[in-house]
Amino acid sequence: MIAFWILAPVMVVAALGMLFARKAVHAAILLAVVMMSLAVLYVVQDAPFLFAVQIIVYTGAILMLFLFVLMLVGVDSSDSVIETIKGQRLWAIIIGLVFAGTLVLGVAQISVGAVTGLDTANKGGNVPAISQILFTRYVFAFEATSALLITAALGAMVLAHRERLTPKLTQADMAAQRMRDYADHGKHLGPLPPPGVFARHNAVDTPALLPDGTASEASISRVLAARGTVKSVPEMAADVAHMMIDPADEISTDGSEK
Amino acid sequence: MLVPMSAAPVVDPTSAHGAFTLLWLVIALPALGAVVLLLGGRRLDKFGHLIGTAMAVLSFVVSLILFITLLGRDSADRSVSQHLWTWFSAGHYKVEISLLYDQLSALFLLLITGVGSLIHVYSIGYMEHDERRRRFFGYLNLFVAAMLTLVLAGDYVGVFLGWEGVGLASYLLIGFWQHKTSAAVAAKKAFIVNRVGDIGLSLGAGLMFVTFGSTAFTVVSANAPHASKAALTAIGLLLLLAACGKSAQFPLQSWLLDAMEGPTPVSALIHAATMVTAGVYLIVRSNFIFTNAPDARTGVVIIGCITLMWGAIIGCAKDDIKKTLAGSTMSQIGYMILASGLGVVGYAFAIFHLLTHGFFKANMFLGAGSVMHGMDDDVDMRHYGALRKAMPITFATFAMGYLAIIGFPGFSGFWSKDKIIETALTENWVVGLCALLGAGITGFYMTRLMLMTYFTNKRWEKDVHPHESPKVMTYPLIALAALSVLGGVLLAGNWIVDWLSPVVGVPHESSPPIPSLAISALAVLVVAVGVATAWLLVGAQEVPRVAPEKVSVFTRAARADLYGDAFNEEILMRPGDRLIRDLDTFDRTAVDGFVNGIATSLTAIANRLRLAQTGYVRTYALSMLGGAAIVVLALLVVNL
Amino acid sequence: MSATPFIVLSAILFSIGSIGVLVRRNAIVMFMCVELMLNASNLALITFSRSSGTLDGQIAAFFVMVVAAAEVVVGLAIIMTIFRTRRSASVDDASLLKY
Repeated sequence: MIAFWILAPVMVVAALGMLFARKAVHAAILLAVVMMSLAVLYVVQDAPFLFAVQIIVYTGAILMLFLFVLMLVGVDSSDSVIETIKGQRLWAIIIGLVFAGTLVLGVAQISVGAVTGLDTANKGGNVPAISQILFTRYVFAFEATSALLITAALGAMVLAHRERLTPKLTQADMAAQRMRDYADHGKHLGPLPPPGVFARHNAVDTPALLPDGTASEASISRVLAARGTVKSVPEMAADVAHMMIDPADEISTDGSEK
Repeated sequence: MLVPMSAAPVVDPTSAHGAFTLLWLVIALPALGAVVLLLGGRRLDKFGHLIGTAMAVLSFVVSLILFITLLGRDSADRSVSQHLWTWFSAGHYKVEISLLYDQLSALFLLLITGVGSLIHVYSIGYMEHDERRRRFFGYLNLFVAAMLTLVLAGDYVGVFLGWEGVGLASYLLIGFWQHKTSAAVAAKKAFIVNRVGDIGLSLGAGLMFVTFGSTAFTVVSANAPHASKAALTAIGLLLLLAACGKSAQFPLQSWLLDAMEGPTPVSALIHAATMVTAGVYLIVRSNFIFTNAPDARTGVVIIGCITLMWGAIIGCAKDDIKKTLAGSTMSQIGYMILASGLGVVGYAFAIFHLLTHGFFKANMFLGAGSVMHGMDDDVDMRHYGALRKAMPITFATFAMGYLAIIGFPGFSGFWSKDKIIETALTENWVVGLCALLGAGITGFYMTRLMLMTYFTNKRWEKDVHPHESPKVMTYPLIALAALSVLGGVLLAGNWIVDWLSPVVGVPHESSPPIPSLAISALAVLVVAVGVATAWLLVGAQEVPRVAPEKVSVFTRAARADLYGDAFNEEILMRPGDRLIRDLDTFDRTAVDGFVNGIATSLTAIANRLRLAQTGYVRTYALSMLGGAAIVVLALLVVNL
Repeated sequence: MSATPFIVLSAILFSIGSIGVLVRRNAIVMFMCVELMLNASNLALITFSRSSGTLDGQIAAFFVMVVAAAEVVVGLAIIMTIFRTRRSASVDDASLLKY
């Protein structure tokens, strides 16, 4: 009973936490808390086999599956707090509370009677006793669950399988595509020009200069361009102009400095 | 009563042999003519009318042979039946196609084929310029065949077959010039009004089947005296309804005047001599019913009286020569119906008057046709006048018919009408006076017609040149005029009464309240008054070309057919119309509205409920949890 | 050791799980709440097993776990498929099947 009174509040708090946790990962961890506590309660109630199953299957397998899917879907896909369906949250709480109230009231009123306990049933050990029943009285249901599990596994594979809708591009296809782009939009055919050839600033954030002195946008990484860390073209142009005026001087000073 | 009314004779024919085996030919010949002419197509256009006429004449010849053979037999042995085939049978009920040839049908055969042949001949001239003459003769032959079926059938179902056949032929012939709207409408009207009467005949036949288990004359006549009075009266009244429809008797009289839209030979054959007298035939043929049902006979007499006055009054006011004659026809058939309603004493005279009327009315209709032929198909008597010089033969023959119809002593109509008046006076003086008054009015309107057509001042249109008709038209006129004059010989030695008595029964002897000679004199006097009135009002004055507008209420009523059509329209057609329209409105608004309303409201409800399907899984989950909460609550409440 | 506190705890956890299903929009978190509900019911089953003195309740809990495992496998695969096509793990975004 002590275990119960310790664990019950923990479980209720953890369960309530699932309602309010914004991040799905937190909810999963809270669920793990509930499940582990439940496993303990199973032991308390003379169900060691189910304790093991709860830990291994539920917490170990099912919850991990949840976490895998969470990772696939995106960890940061947290819920927004605003409820989109009008009245949904209010009515959910009202009806849920009514349901909880009546259910608790109902089950509290039921006199379950004197607890018999499982001492006699578990005399030869819990697992042998369970297997005794499972493979005699419930053997048909057991076989049916095996069919269910196979079906579920197959179903999951079918659902998760991604069908290739377009044929895979070959190298020839890509070459043809490049030629088409050149014909249609005049896109440059050859490889992109390398950066920093005219080495005043020999770095990836410096655009290459074309023969006419203008900077080639194509010579730098798009990411750097988006970050705004590229040396701007006017800046470059001024620098180049300065060099054009006195190239020997510049070079000698630079060279001497370096 | 010490001497009960003589029991109606039972129809008990012997089967045909010898010359009588030709009986079926009488019908088959014109029927063949009709088939050939109507199916033959245009290649018969040139001589089709000759085929039609030949068939009618051949049929007449066969009728004549049969008649002479019949004359050679004993009076008790003159009823002959020829069984042709079984039409249909259901259980014990069998309808045989068998022909009954006896004294009554013999006379009808002669009238139909004889007058029919003359009219066929006349039509050759009258329809000469009509490009559909072949079809016309086909219809005429069809009519003759149907009419012969009607009078020869030995079974009410057979009669019904002929009855419908003549109705069809009448419809086709009235509407023969269907390019005229009035003709098409008149044909429809005749057909529809006749349907009302036909229902009477079919219901009557059905009732006979219920009562007697058969519709054959033999069975019905043998069992009629043992049937209940109520059944006999009902059958009699239903047959009377049938007769009213076919014979244009009140209250189904309205179609006859419009039927004059048909070609004049049609009016002469169908709407004067033969078809319209089918009602009289039906009543006389069903004497075994009517003799045993005095109440039904009373109805017959009343209808006859009303119609004879009705038709006569209409005849007085019409300016259309054919409509005047049509009114006269109604009136004269009223006489026949009246006579047949008087029972055994009257049957023979009804048939006698039917025959003489067939002669003189056909004569006058053909005469009117001849006049129209010479006057460019103008029918308005106010455009005639002084035609006796222009059309001497037409005038002379018409005059014979005229003298016959008004009952000029010695002429056929005198004998037949006189006998009816005498019998009517003997049986019931009110009816007798009615008949007498009718005779006076007949004298008036026929004189008016004569004067306006052949005497008084010339009122022709400028470009009309009256001329005598060709010989092919005048010879039938002459023949019919002769018959009109001489038809009275049938009564010589009371021949026709004795001839028909095996069929209709032997009347008991009764003497009129005043000597018959006095009655004849009275009748002649009344007619003379009518003629004199007509002379004073029409002959002695200038006849205006346009009918005067300022006339008495009575004239206006008579011009409007005594408001028969107006009555039908106001009482039958308009309310029916309104009922149908209201039902239609009810159907469209209430019934459809109800159904559509359900659909609309369901759609609206569905449109509301649809919104519950938001597509949000969580909303559905919420409603599920709500349901679960309710279940738990319910369990809690139940357990408390 | 009375059974009632365990049952009440189970009811509370179940209710919390159901509210979580209703209020959370992330499909994975929603799914975790469903698992919470299943676990709550397992607790109840095991408690009943103890109070009745038979092992059938534990067998039932065992089956629930097996079925839950299968359900999670398929459910997560569906979530992944949806995410792959719609780039979102929010259940509210998959709301095309509506009026």
